Amino acid sequence: MSVRRFGPVVIERRAVPSRRTLVLGRIGSILLALAVGALVFLATGLAPAESYRAMWEGSFGSLDALAETLVATSPILLTGLAVAIAGRALLWNIGAEGQLFIGATFATALALWFPTSPRPVLLTLMVLAGGVGGALWALAPAILRARLAVNEIISTLMLNYVAILYVDYLVHGRWADPGSLGFPLSKPFTDNATLPSFFGTRLHLGFLLALGAAGAFWLVLRGTKWGYEIRVIGESASAARYAGMPVARNIVLVMLVSGALAGVAGMAEVSGIVHRIQPDISPGYGYTGIIVATLGRFSPIGVILAAFLFGALQVGGYSLQTVGATASAVGVLQGAILFIALAGEFLARYHVRWQPGEALPEPVLEEALEADRARQAASSSADLADLAQAPLDHQGEPGTERGASSDAEGERL
Amino acid sequence: MRGIVKLFPGVVANDGVDLDIHQGEVHALLGENGAGKTTLMRILAGLYRPDEGEIRLDGKPLGFRSPRQAIDAGIGMVHQHFRLVESLTVAENVLLGWHTPRFLLGKRAGERQVQELARRYRLPVHPRARIWQLSVGEQQRVEILKALYRRVRVLILDEPTAVLTPQEVEELFDTVRSMAQEGTAVVFITHKLEEVMAVADRITVLRRGRREGTVQPGATDARALARMMVGRDVVLETPPGGGSPGGVVLKLDSVSAQSDRALPSLRDVSLEVRAGQIFGIAGVAGNGQRELAEVITGLRRATSGRVVLGDRDLSGRSARAMIRSGVAHVPEDRLGTGLIASMTAVENSVLKAYRRPPVGQGPFVDWGEARRMTEDIMRTLDVRAASPETRVRLLSGGNLQRLLLAREMSERPRVMVAVHPTRGLDVGATDAVRQALRAQQEAGVAILLISEDLDELVALADPIGVLFEGALVGVLPRSRCTVEDLGLLMAGAKLQEDSV
Repeated sequence: MSVRRFGPVVIERRAVPSRRTLVLGRIGSILLALAVGALVFLATGLAPAESYRAMWEGSFGSLDALAETLVATSPILLTGLAVAIAGRALLWNIGAEGQLFIGATFATALALWFPTSPRPVLLTLMVLAGGVGGALWALAPAILRARLAVNEIISTLMLNYVAILYVDYLVHGRWADPGSLGFPLSKPFTDNATLPSFFGTRLHLGFLLALGAAGAFWLVLRGTKWGYEIRVIGESASAARYAGMPVARNIVLVMLVSGALAGVAGMAEVSGIVHRIQPDISPGYGYTGIIVATLGRFSPIGVILAAFLFGALQVGGYSLQTVGATASAVGVLQGAILFIALAGEFLARYHVRWQPGEALPEPVLEEALEADRARQAASSSADLADLAQAPLDHQGEPGTERGASSDAEGERL
Repeated sequence: MRGIVKLFPGVVANDGVDLDIHQGEVHALLGENGAGKTTLMRILAGLYRPDEGEIRLDGKPLGFRSPRQAIDAGIGMVHQHFRLVESLTVAENVLLGWHTPRFLLGKRAGERQVQELARRYRLPVHPRARIWQLSVGEQQRVEILKALYRRVRVLILDEPTAVLTPQEVEELFDTVRSMAQEGTAVVFITHKLEEVMAVADRITVLRRGRREGTVQPGATDARALARMMVGRDVVLETPPGGGSPGGVVLKLDSVSAQSDRALPSLRDVSLEVRAGQIFGIAGVAGNGQRELAEVITGLRRATSGRVVLGDRDLSGRSARAMIRSGVAHVPEDRLGTGLIASMTAVENSVLKAYRRPPVGQGPFVDWGEARRMTEDIMRTLDVRAASPETRVRLLSGGNLQRLLLAREMSERPRVMVAVHPTRGLDVGATDAVRQALRAQQEAGVAILLISEDLDELVALADPIGVLFEGALVGVLPRSRCTVEDLGLLMAGAKLQEDSV
């Protein structure tokens, strides 16, 4: 029933893709994406080998380069974790970008208001403020999702623009630096409000914060009751309700945690790198986090590796300019990696082979649907790879799964 | 239809079924859930292909390769779950897929035709209304209009009255009769005896995929039909041990509840289950069983009435509160609700126990302890799995149910609600589950057993109540309970003497 023929191509679904297949698929898709990138370089009149060498030099060629890579990895890792933890509960936080900006704004507020407070105290409070800001920015979508089944993909996404424009407003007005000659910047932070950096590079404490967050992510999901509840909700909301777990409350909580992680990313950027707030503190780290979480299969280790890769790509992209390309070529590479990885996901689950010849019975629509339903019931969606397709699943039956969840759980919130 | 055989993995849905349908007749297809009615008709409508057998229309063999060909041959089916595009209008839905090439140009004309048809068959519905604005009954009319517009000669209605109000049922019957008068053959799938007697010209009874017989309503009565439908002679085993039940543990006091679609689905249900008693609930699926189980387990809020456990009123309490008060639940949906396919046996075993020691330690879960507990749970009912770390999607149906039941037993419940606990299981697993339920009974648990399997109810439960359209229409002690009576009650008939 799960065998389909398209001309001479036969596609067969595998019951359970092996871990090895999945990991090899990931690596294969990255290599393939680099090959596609080479074609792009060729098309723009650059030598691929030279371009990649420049990128490699830029990302790993020296201590400074490596530090820069880790600097770029930090916010991506935090936003990736933010998207990943929401994803574990089958929620899509597309708003990490906005949460990052609001986290940065909250942290900046402290830096500007209490510039002379003792450094450890001020920095600690700024980290907390960043988390609170990000969480608050996720609060409205979380409550709407938990109580009214409002799609969080849309609501979190829309709030991104609000957040970025709000920062714009601040740096043009209230927080404008009189000495910036009209550029939209806040006043610079005092030393007390900047994260310490190491080895004479720009590598700052935010990187350790991000690694720590990944460790905490792992510990919470594996070892705590709450993490177990989140995993159960992600795998089967109806089982979670059956077991008496507070589904609506946990949806809100996990979105708050997600927002807080993104908010801390914002704090680390302003305090560790930029040392002031301005509208371009993030080149889309929140969105990169979505790709990273998906590529990392929503696991902390996977997200660390994917964040590192994307950090390296980003920094390598800057060096591309030295050979005459634009940094946006990196965007092409990142996109290619994601698309090819998703295709790899498909290949890992389906066995595609070239087999012209005898006709396979063409499954009747109804049967195919039935089989699909059975599969969905059986695999209750959230094998991590399925999350990659989750936006569609979410939309699938708004009335049933989601509606019911909000009905049954709303009061208990 | 001759010698139709249809196999699904592990199930013979139709086993050599013959069926003749005449022009201009209303032919009722009667049978319990899972008797193969819908499968047989889906084969006729070209949705399934039979593994054996042939279908002839006017003497010509038909080999449908798609529903389209069946439609072209004049066979239409109105499914239980409608196939309508919610955001389109009535006329658009009727025309959809039919005269597609000239769709846009012919819209006005189409609307007129639809209106004309609606008038002729007394199916009042506005052609320009959008589907989502319509009631379920009106949506059904659209489905019928769709079939009429395609000039059906054989119209199949799959449990058409399940979603209708009594008035709407009457209107539907009028339509069906007038269609038959004009020469259309109407096949009416149902399990309600009353309707069959009211509307059918001939009745074919299916049981377990086989044809039991075809009769005319004049030559039979509801009782005989019930026997044909339920089959077999009454098996009355002597009650196994159990002793006499103790005090009342679970009490429902005129409980009413609504379904997910906000329709009344439980009406004034009152019952008492004693310690050491298995209270059976019979009934055809969709008559309120799910809602009953969910109200007792805290998954659904009753709209009125009280749920009392021991001497505590627990009406409207959460699922968690019910679990804490000692209500165990073997849900209908094993894999998905009761168990989580992608998680391991260990993770599934602590679904309820993770909150408290020894597994739950403060905010943490002690997975070592969880594993030990899982091994115990698996041992109690002999769950076979490669290891406790095996993902349960790899377990067989019998092992899944054993794991689920053993977990619920490990919670040491006072009340257990078991819904279709042996459905789809093989003989061995069925036996294991029944023995476990008996053991629980002997241990003094008050068990509410909801099942469609009358043999099972008669073998295990005493007393047995019947749910029909959300109401408990009769509660019979086992000694006075025949499968026939149960069958009649399940089909909505009243018993002569109002037994209680």
